[in-house]
Amino acid sequence: MLRAKHKTGLVFFPAFDWAISPTHPEREERLLYTQDQVMEEGLLDIENIIEFKPDLVTLDDIQRVHFCVPDVWSVTTESHFISAGGAKKIGMAVLDGRVDNGFALVRPPGHHAMRIVHGARGFCNINIEAVMIEFLREAYDINRVAIIDTDCHHGDGTQDIYWHDKDTLFVSIHQDGRTLYPGSGFPDEQGGPNAIGTTVNIPLPPNTSEQGFLYTMKHVVMPILDDFKPDLVINSAGQDNHFSDPITNMNFSAQGYADLTKMLKADIAVLEGGYAIEGALPYVNLGIILAMAGIDYGQVREPDYDPDKIRQTTQVTRAIEKIGELVLSYWRQRKPARERILNQNEFFERKRNVFYDTDGITESQYEKIRVCPDCSGALKIDSSSDRGNRVLAVHIPRKACQTCMDLGHRWYESADGNTFDLVLLQDRPGNKYLKSDSKQRKE
Amino acid sequence: MIIGLDVGGTHTDVVLLGEEGLIREIKIPTDHSDLFSTVLESLNQITSGLGSKRIRRIVLSTTLTTNSIAQKKIPKVGMIVSAGPGIDPFLFQTNEYYVPVSGSIDHRGREVEPVRPEEIKKAARNFLDNDISHVGVVSKFSIRNPAHELKISEVLKNSFEKVFLGHRISGNLNFPRRIATTFLNASVYPIHKKFFNAVKRSLKKKGLEVPIHILKADGGTMSIESSIDSPGQTILSGPAASVMGSIAFAPDNQDALVMDIGGTTTDMAALINQIPVLEPVGINIGGYRTLIRALEVHSIALGGDSAITITNGILTIGPERKGPAMAYGGPVPTPTDALVVLGKIENSDREKAVSGIKALAESMGNSLEDTAQLIFDSVCKKILAEANAMIDRINSKPVYTIHELQEGYKLNPKDLLIIGGPAPYFADQLEKMSDYNVHVVPRWGVANAIGAALARTTSEVTLFADTEQGIATAHEENFSKKVDHDYSGRMAVENAYKLLRKKALRMGANSGDLELEVLENQQFNMVRGFLTTGKNIRVKVQVKPGLIHEYDSVVNKLTR
Ligand SMILES: [Zn+2]
Ligand SMILES: [Zn+2]
Repeated sequence: MLRAKHKTGLVFFPAFDWAISPTHPEREERLLYTQDQVMEEGLLDIENIIEFKPDLVTLDDIQRVHFCVPDVWSVTTESHFISAGGAKKIGMAVLDGRVDNGFALVRPPGHHAMRIVHGARGFCNINIEAVMIEFLREAYDINRVAIIDTDCHHGDGTQDIYWHDKDTLFVSIHQDGRTLYPGSGFPDEQGGPNAIGTTVNIPLPPNTSEQGFLYTMKHVVMPILDDFKPDLVINSAGQDNHFSDPITNMNFSAQGYADLTKMLKADIAVLEGGYAIEGALPYVNLGIILAMAGIDYGQVREPDYDPDKIRQTTQVTRAIEKIGELVLSYWRQRKPARERILNQNEFFERKRNVFYDTDGITESQYEKIRVCPDCSGALKIDSSSDRGNRVLAVHIPRKACQTCMDLGHRWYESADGNTFDLVLLQDRPGNKYLKSDSKQRKE
Repeated sequence: MIIGLDVGGTHTDVVLLGEEGLIREIKIPTDHSDLFSTVLESLNQITSGLGSKRIRRIVLSTTLTTNSIAQKKIPKVGMIVSAGPGIDPFLFQTNEYYVPVSGSIDHRGREVEPVRPEEIKKAARNFLDNDISHVGVVSKFSIRNPAHELKISEVLKNSFEKVFLGHRISGNLNFPRRIATTFLNASVYPIHKKFFNAVKRSLKKKGLEVPIHILKADGGTMSIESSIDSPGQTILSGPAASVMGSIAFAPDNQDALVMDIGGTTTDMAALINQIPVLEPVGINIGGYRTLIRALEVHSIALGGDSAITITNGILTIGPERKGPAMAYGGPVPTPTDALVVLGKIENSDREKAVSGIKALAESMGNSLEDTAQLIFDSVCKKILAEANAMIDRINSKPVYTIHELQEGYKLNPKDLLIIGGPAPYFADQLEKMSDYNVHVVPRWGVANAIGAALARTTSEVTLFADTEQGIATAHEENFSKKVDHDYSGRMAVENAYKLLRKKALRMGANSGDLELEVLENQQFNMVRGFLTTGKNIRVKVQVKPGLIHEYDSVVNKLTR
């Protein structure tokens, strides 16, 4: 009987009865052919590949990460509780030592969901990786986490959630934002004042193929990971870099994805996008699972694979090398950059608009963070959407210093009930998620 | 009158049932070196003095195929395997003459790469040079499109006695299991055929020209004639016989557990409203994972004859059996000896049982009674713990829809039915130590043979439709038809039911016993470029495992 070298956990939850809308790319059929391939290859019979049934995440699990407006129920469906629950189940299996690594093959995805949630962005409502990671941090002794996002779209939601967290390295490799949704993810987006450098963006030109992805992994991502020394490595394993994906312009392959997986050695992989549901997903998922399990994947090949047809031009190669150099130079300068910031103002502020393309909502945010030498800094966000909800969201980070804790509580308690419909507090050190709406406060 | 026969590891049980209930029951030792004599002798004994005209049906459950696989007493076969891209097919190698060849079909049944006849011819020559006359042919995704398997068999035609094709063996996905199952069918084919043809001839000579059925691992039967082409289905029918013998006594509209407490092992299974729970994919035997439909039976190496040892003051029961209990002349103390010491079993050599348990008691510094009680309690505790583990496992099976995850059926049995030699001695203690209502199945000593006698014919059909390609297929049944865009899930179920009825009758079912149900019914809109281009429909239907209705009244008489 075939035996895997690594004990690999799988949660397979294709949500065969859930879709954003009948003809939306994120629909019932999306993992149907992947299921066929997984079943026909007999993957679940391989000794040391273990399938788990997803649990549902709890309200606390979601509120630990997100400020949902007006509440969690309004911006999620049960499918989100299950897909995040699938990731959580795999995370627990890995940290309990039941498996060496694991892959949550679940939908819907999550990497475009930001800290504040007014609705769905890029098919995502809640950030399933972040919900998993913050649960794991609460339940197990882990601190430093690296997320390597290999989806074709910039993981702007994950970036937003970890923007100020110096203990989380977020690396996103994606198609250049000037040519693809969501239009962000440039190398100079490097994280907030307390976490400068721990956000790493590597935009690659359209038509990047195996050569370019593997070059970037080997020469940019792996050295950064080695420097960061994470306790846990997460792969946001989107599969829309595939040459046959209908909504992107890259030239990656099943073999390439398997090679990338083998090189990265992630503890946990979580499925993100990927919409070539027949020509790519069955083969890419097969390649990823085999690579994680340490089984030969040399014969995994999609039917219309022709390496000559998808080979990248020398121009693309040169552009990739240049981006890599720039990213590495930013990475090397992250400590002096942080020193410079600490000598400036006590507070950092930014204003921005967030567009929820899936739900057609526009949100404007005004954010204020305390620049702190000792922790990730107390954070407050004044957010209002064109649907009329205005909220004040206060976040006291994990391992906050006393000053930031006090400040966070002060912000929460002194919020003006006439200005905000809702005031929310994420008190991570106290493990409390508080909410007061204007009606309550007036009483 | 009907006859049920179950060949077991130690004994072969035979029963004769009639209008009046259980008429005769016989137990004879199984001679594994000559199963044919065992079967014939038991049939001779059970029918002695009866007019052959009065027998209407005979059902046999034997260990023939199971043992030949477990002991690897199987002839050489040739395997031709066409995998295409994916896991290296050599990783699923079943035997020496195993030849991967070109050819590739994708998940929707479209040809990606053709097979090459010259490769097949070469493999065939090699098989013939090695005196191989039975061949298995399997291609990946052949249940979606069997063209490659058919093409390969076309090339092999006339050179071999029998060629088994993967797509005819099961409608389920799983290429490695399809390979193993096809291999096992080809392997046991000659043994099975020879044996049952001989049984048929002998019975005919005796004037017994009645339908003979063979019990399958799924608790259903098939006619001896149809078993010749799917001998693999007879593998591991023994545990199914016991389960079928209990279901008449299980509560209606409730869950229950069945336990067969034997000498060496205890087998457990679950029933939902009198219908046994099936294994999700297929049985494992001799290191092979298969697509052979079976009842989900959990076996533990613990029974009345399990050897008891003490190492460093720790009592261990099983997993080995070194012979019968000391009370029956065996070499080492067993749980049965503990029962004898406790006065639960009489009519045996109590002195010998006491001497065995006493030795254990002394080395643990306990009294004789306490030690016997401890042994008995540990056996019951272990059995109950394993039962809970089985329930958990059944309940934690992955599901793929939100509906099933939220509303999925949770097994929650309140009743425990026990059968097997030591069953009555265990009943009180198991009830005391658990929340179950424990029942000893009537005629517990031969319930397995009764189960075989009364089991109905079962079968399963898988139908797949792809309206974008305009096809509905059940290749296992050699069925394929053109359909248009209006083809619906309801029509697919109708088609599948029709095929199922035909198949079940062909396999020997009574038309009155065709209780059909839908196991799976999924329908997906296929969307290409934001347009719905077709439907992908998957339907699986079965004849529920159960008992033949003709003998309902007989069952009622068994309780007396
Ligand atoms: Zn994407
Ligand atoms: Zn601080």
